[in-house]
Amino acid sequence: MSKVPGAVVEQPALPGSHADGSHMLEEGHHHADKMGAKIGMWLFLLTELLLFGGMFLIYGVYRYMNNEDFHAAGQGMNTIIGAFNTVILLTSSLTVAMSITALQKGNKRLSITLLGFTIFFAVWFLINKYFEWSHEIHKGIYPKSPELTSRSPGEILFFGLYYVMTGIHGLHVIIGIVILSFMVVFIAKDKVTSSSYTKLENSGLYWHLVDIIWIFLFPLFYLLR
Amino acid sequence: MADHVIHGNYVDFYDEKGPRKGILAWILSTDHKRIGLMYLIALTTFFCIGATIGVLMRLEMLGQGRTIMGPQTYNSLFTLHGLIMIFLFVIPGIPAVFGNFFLPIMLGAKDVAFPRLNLLSWWLYITGGIFAVLSLFLAGGPIDTGWTFYVPYSLRTGTDVSWMILAAFILGFSSILTGLNFITTIHRMRAPGMGWFKMPLFAWSIYATAWIQLIATPIVGITLALVAIERIFGVGLFDPTLGGDPILYQHMFWIYSHPAVYIMILPAMGVVSEIIPTFAHRTIFGYKAIAISSLAIAFVGYFVWGHHMFVSGMSDTSRWIFSLFTFLVAIPSAVKVFNWTATLYKGSIDLKAPLLFVLAFIFVFSIGGLSGLVVGALATDVHLTDTYFVVAHFHFVVFGGTGFIFFAALHYWFPKMFGKLYNDNVAKVAISMITLGFLMLYFTFFILGYQGMPRRYYDYLPQYHWEHVFATVGSWVMISGFIVMFVNLFIAFRKGPRAGMNPWGGMTLEWTVPSPPPMENFEEIPVITHGPYDYHAQQEAEQKQEEFNQSAEDEK
Repeated sequence: MSKVPGAVVEQPALPGSHADGSHMLEEGHHHADKMGAKIGMWLFLLTELLLFGGMFLIYGVYRYMNNEDFHAAGQGMNTIIGAFNTVILLTSSLTVAMSITALQKGNKRLSITLLGFTIFFAVWFLINKYFEWSHEIHKGIYPKSPELTSRSPGEILFFGLYYVMTGIHGLHVIIGIVILSFMVVFIAKDKVTSSSYTKLENSGLYWHLVDIIWIFLFPLFYLLR
Repeated sequence: MADHVIHGNYVDFYDEKGPRKGILAWILSTDHKRIGLMYLIALTTFFCIGATIGVLMRLEMLGQGRTIMGPQTYNSLFTLHGLIMIFLFVIPGIPAVFGNFFLPIMLGAKDVAFPRLNLLSWWLYITGGIFAVLSLFLAGGPIDTGWTFYVPYSLRTGTDVSWMILAAFILGFSSILTGLNFITTIHRMRAPGMGWFKMPLFAWSIYATAWIQLIATPIVGITLALVAIERIFGVGLFDPTLGGDPILYQHMFWIYSHPAVYIMILPAMGVVSEIIPTFAHRTIFGYKAIAISSLAIAFVGYFVWGHHMFVSGMSDTSRWIFSLFTFLVAIPSAVKVFNWTATLYKGSIDLKAPLLFVLAFIFVFSIGGLSGLVVGALATDVHLTDTYFVVAHFHFVVFGGTGFIFFAALHYWFPKMFGKLYNDNVAKVAISMITLGFLMLYFTFFILGYQGMPRRYYDYLPQYHWEHVFATVGSWVMISGFIVMFVNLFIAFRKGPRAGMNPWGGMTLEWTVPSPPPMENFEEIPVITHGPYDYHAQQEAEQKQEEFNQSAEDEK
């Protein structure tokens, strides 16, 4: 620890003290930096927010341009099923948070059970979404349908945004399910434990993001009339 | 530095024996230096493809009417030239190659914060590149929308837009992950004692760039994804026949793509801030001003996207606000240029190839920057929009800026990366040829544009003939310069003399490790006691050492 960087003349050649070097190629990790991993995750969540932010911006602009039409189109939305899905997702955020606490306290089985509940709620959310979309499609409201194209531009945009935004959100729900399922396996195999649970925490953060985005989608499509 | 030092008993990262053999030891390596070199190979390949397309386009413009290709081919070629050069060369550019290779070493770290994520970024980049190339051979033919994918044409054209958009989306993902990695690395991996204002300026510029990559890229990602969704499902978000607004698309596109210009240029400015103190043997002038101006450019750069759309249809208020902000960007940029020249003033200048590149850069980049004010002003922009003037401005800034500095960085760090020295005189001849050809080609574009020659046409009116011929000859001079440069570097790579640890007398940490560096860069993580360009402190330290030796001898 005595090197003076910059004082080039004093630098000795490095001895081949780690000529095997295999650990480097294999792992690439020198030490687990929990704080670093969390910073990375929060930065990633920021990019996700901006991704949806782009769509929220488009929604805002089109709502401003076609306020009447958006109002009319919103009348047909089923607020009850939307509200129900909001409750489901909020509860799933609760269970994932509880799962992390359970693991921190060393209760592996409870942690897995609570993750199971989270995944269950996530699937339930998607099933509701499936019925909701089917209902709209059954009414003849889907992109390029004769029914929808005969309506005003504002309504076409409303439903276009509805399908795209809830669709991309649904994609995130599916990704969340995959990630949480991996966590179940990792906890079961003791790769994520009560002493190293950063992966689970980061997955929880991702799931909260999915939840938060829905909390904004819900009023935009179901409540603002 | 003495050559015998590096023949010592260490294993450099090329010779390090890993668990995998052959090409797998590279394409599955999480070592930041190997990943940097893999980016270098991929980027240089794409640069050569893009440059070849550029030369072909110039060849078409040699004569009036159809010379070697028809209008549709020309449309495809300028689109591909733009897409390849922007998404596959200049945007990943300096951060992906030199950021990966040198950022950890300059911070005194063994690797980036997330080495495996870093490898994933490279794979995403390659996947995106493959998709981009594949889209040329799919039904429908090469895309012809221009690199901006403007709707509604990108919704109507029969060419394969969706594949290229998918490629751009994947490349954006790669860019985001690299940015995320670098930000975390800079926050968490600096050597003990390296405070923020003891970081090398290259690290500062990479930091500012990484934030733009992170914040701006998702917007263009979703916007391009929406165009693809639009094409596949006909949702109507940007389609005017269904109520969508094409102007909104332009806003969404430029919200990313203008900051992307700073993704391109900021790392180049960081490299310049490294090269100048090294070859002037002098502490950089205005360290903090340069560091902060990087962040200022990144910040102000967010609020100028509208200047791409002055004639697209905007309120007068938004136009003059965007114009004002555009002028403001010139301030932090000029702060840098003044600091660089002030560093050279009274320095003991050693005019080696990298510095010659930097001087050429300052010359062409100043022209490019000032011409930016011409198109940033509302009245002149109306006259110059969509002419060769804009093409000239863009190439002066991005090619003369980022492109020149990419190769300056290659010459600056070549001895460190490969452990070999190249022929400095040949490199200087190459740089002179490149600069001369560059000016013949693109300065002529300024004149052509001012006279009214529109961009993106495969043909022109008779009065522009001689200027086009002159520009095309310039493209030949420039490309010959590049060939000389590449051949020179290749010969050096094969049988150049060995480079010492510190051939230029640089002060930053990468010059304190052997060339090429060993696998984990440092045997022992260094402790930082003074700023990165403290030539004064170094002289004092040397002097003290000598005095100490002297007194020790006297005692004997």
